[in-house]
Amino acid sequence: MGNKQTIFTDEQLDAYQDCTFFTRKEILRLHGRYHELAPNLVPMDYTNDPDVKLPLQLIINMPELKENPFKQRIVEAFSEDGQGNLSFNDFVDMFSVLSEMAPRELKAIYAFKIYDFNTDNFICKSDLEQTLNKLTRDELAAEEVNLVCEKAIEEADLDGDGKLAFTDFENMISRAPDFLSTFHIRI
Amino acid sequence: MEPGSDVFQWGHGPPLLSNPLLDQLPSYQSLRYRRRLSSGSSRRKRSVSRQRMGSSSSGRWAGPDTDDLLKTISPQRPVKELPISMSDKRRVWEHHKEQHRDLSSLHQWWLGRQRSFRRFKDDSHELLSALVLWRKDIHVIEGKFGTGIQSYFSFLRFLVVLNLVMFLMLFCFVTLPVIISDYEVANSTMLNVTASFNCTIYPSTVRQGLVLFHQYIIDALSGTGFLEQTYLFYGYYRMDSVHFPTIQYRMPLAYLLTSIACLLLSLFWTVKRSVHGFKLNLIQDEDRFQSFCNKIFAGWDFCITDERAARLKHSSLHYELKTDLDEERIKQKIAHRTRKEICHIYFLRLLLNMFVIGVLGGCFYAIYRATIYSQEYSQTQPQQAQNFIVGLIVEYLPSIVITAANFITPLIFEVVIRYEDYSPAFEIRFTLIRCVFVRLASIGVLLFTLWSQITFCGGESCFCGYNNNLYPCWETRVGQEMYKLAIFDFLIIGAVAVLVEFPRNLIVTHCSCSLAKWFGQQEFSVPQNVLEIVYGQTICWIGSYYSPLIPGISTIKYFIVFYIKKVSLMQNCRPSTRPFRASSSNFFFLAVLLIGLLVACVPVGVTIGHISSSKACGPFMNYNISWDVVPSAVETLPGGARKFFYVISSEAFAVTFFVVVCLVLFYFIALARAHKLVVKQLKDQLHMEGRDKMFLIQQLYKAQKTFKQQQQLRPRTEGSELEQEGMLHPDRDYYRPPSSDVFPEDYMDYNLT
Repeated sequence: MGNKQTIFTDEQLDAYQDCTFFTRKEILRLHGRYHELAPNLVPMDYTNDPDVKLPLQLIINMPELKENPFKQRIVEAFSEDGQGNLSFNDFVDMFSVLSEMAPRELKAIYAFKIYDFNTDNFICKSDLEQTLNKLTRDELAAEEVNLVCEKAIEEADLDGDGKLAFTDFENMISRAPDFLSTFHIRI
Repeated sequence: MEPGSDVFQWGHGPPLLSNPLLDQLPSYQSLRYRRRLSSGSSRRKRSVSRQRMGSSSSGRWAGPDTDDLLKTISPQRPVKELPISMSDKRRVWEHHKEQHRDLSSLHQWWLGRQRSFRRFKDDSHELLSALVLWRKDIHVIEGKFGTGIQSYFSFLRFLVVLNLVMFLMLFCFVTLPVIISDYEVANSTMLNVTASFNCTIYPSTVRQGLVLFHQYIIDALSGTGFLEQTYLFYGYYRMDSVHFPTIQYRMPLAYLLTSIACLLLSLFWTVKRSVHGFKLNLIQDEDRFQSFCNKIFAGWDFCITDERAARLKHSSLHYELKTDLDEERIKQKIAHRTRKEICHIYFLRLLLNMFVIGVLGGCFYAIYRATIYSQEYSQTQPQQAQNFIVGLIVEYLPSIVITAANFITPLIFEVVIRYEDYSPAFEIRFTLIRCVFVRLASIGVLLFTLWSQITFCGGESCFCGYNNNLYPCWETRVGQEMYKLAIFDFLIIGAVAVLVEFPRNLIVTHCSCSLAKWFGQQEFSVPQNVLEIVYGQTICWIGSYYSPLIPGISTIKYFIVFYIKKVSLMQNCRPSTRPFRASSSNFFFLAVLLIGLLVACVPVGVTIGHISSSKACGPFMNYNISWDVVPSAVETLPGGARKFFYVISSEAFAVTFFVVVCLVLFYFIALARAHKLVVKQLKDQLHMEGRDKMFLIQQLYKAQKTFKQQQQLRPRTEGSELEQEGMLHPDRDYYRPPSSDVFPEDYMDYNLT
């Protein structure tokens, strides 16, 4: 915009603007948020793409994620090593996919990854049970959890293998009217 | 699933061995976890000639999927929508940039223009969204209470903007010319009275003589007295035309067309907003939208940042799931009802519905009597002798009765519905439908009463078309009733917030007596609040014809209501345990708003097209009914335009137009039905494909097992062809990928870890 900033080169900002759903101002603001998570680790000058990663614990304490029962899975799904350590690229990517402008198909892919607790590319019954327990804070009785998981699989499973592959999940999400409005984080 | 065929029992098959084969399939490749595209040093950044950047450089992110991605990556598919990690996206972006350098300069210029246009759009979008009213407030509400309540406040904001636009239209086209003529800025002519003398008597309503102070207050609150013959009401707009240098601005025509345009604008804007929610409902099944999957995967509101709100969200999800399980049980129960029980239930429902109709009939009769009493009191009682409080109450009597009915009937409905034994989801919907009906029908009854009073001339047909003794300017009188309703509605919202919710909050937080526990903290009930503001908006729409400044009053009213509701919500309320879903709520709000709009169109339509306009006041003094101004305006047009309008208004055209619209409608309905059928067929096909895939994998597994067993029986020195090809080796882990001769090159780099 008008001010000269020295955090990124123009080309980097162009790249970020084309690769995410954010504008330049928002990217700079995101960098500010990333920096304040660990001011000693994160340099203010990103012009030479430093390889800095913040650990899982710092990210899940952000106010936007703190109350989310799936915060750990979200951060793990967007990290490159699968352990939850986010570089700035991953950080921006995470909030870009979770922003309002991201299309449904893209969100569905990442939602599938988030809900797949054992990372076997299927949402099986145990994944569903874990999801449900996180949602209700273990307040449902065991047979109720069982019943709900069975009903959910019955509704969504298309190829009849007793667990949800990505096609099943995507088809179900396209019919879930709340998905777009709930699966977004404002930052 | 055919019994006895173990091939189809894939759920029970050996899970360990099916997974690795499945993982080699392309459709599972895209879900591999995000890994950096190789260590970077062996990678070639420039691969202009080959599109297969993914497979040539990737050690981990392998597979034809990246290839497919790159193939589909054209400038049309933006990089930001690819499901790959950020560093990969940047590499793809750089790859595109290098490709662009090889294109012609014209093409490059065009792409540069496209990019800067996109930037400009993003920046302007950001700027516009910063200008959006109350953005931060709604964001805070969303964080604390979730998207259901946030949608209510967005709806309120939409109404504020709509009312503002309507007010500006009416002000510019209707009020401003009259102001101009009053201050003699331009040449204007007033209407000449042509009707018979009796009908044109309109006594001045400004109070004469010694006027007590409280009478001014009554006048201000009910639009009588000094407010009656002002810009506020229809009666003041007696101008004929304003003469500008080039054109002549016809006031009556402008008044009529602007009122109709306001209603049409509201219709289009509301429909445009509701189309989005409607699209989803058309394609999917109606009953499924509260399904379990929707709750599990789209149930948690990722926007929640407040700890208390999160706790409440957890408990509300818990409650919802329990309710759904109960509903399943009830459905089972309903399916197993005996004949006797069904008869009993239907009889009970009939009885209760008749009771409800009786209650409604009682309410409507009360409104009818209250209106008549209020009208007669203000006409028969001499002005001076009115007591302040009594006078005010009688003026507001219809409003008071309507508001009382709107408060009491939902409580009655909630009690009644419990005995009718419907499923919980249907209960909620049915109660809401009944409440909507009460709210809108009460306005209808009020207007019907007024209409009957206005056109009643003691048993004989009215000389002027209306009762000119009691109502010399009847549109102003209707406008006054709408004005009173609007003001009273606003006062009630404020009074309930101040006198009921705040004390309740104080009692509950500071006093620990049993009464406080029974009351509990106020819950913000979204449906009731929405009905309240839709009711106010319907009054505004009806009133906009009789009182051009009512939209302005409504704008200010809703502006203040936003802050009242927000403060009340933050201080007093806790989120409801039965939350209203954001998706269905948007559609619900706009559907109710549309019903309100249609209800509002009826009295305005009847006024314009059926009832004789007042001869003593207003812009339509010289016409029989208001609509007559349009044919007389069409007469003055040049020949070609006149013919055009005659053709449009002829019956032949109307019938043809109707038939064409019906055909188009049937076509779209048939199209939607065909799409539904195709969707079902595709779903079945998907199911079958999934089973085929599983079948083939099981067969492959069986073949491998058999081969392995055979290999173990044969002597070691003989190698089979298959082993030489490296496809199946008894000692190796058989899920090592095969050699390049058997499978495409892309699998070479594949590494299963």
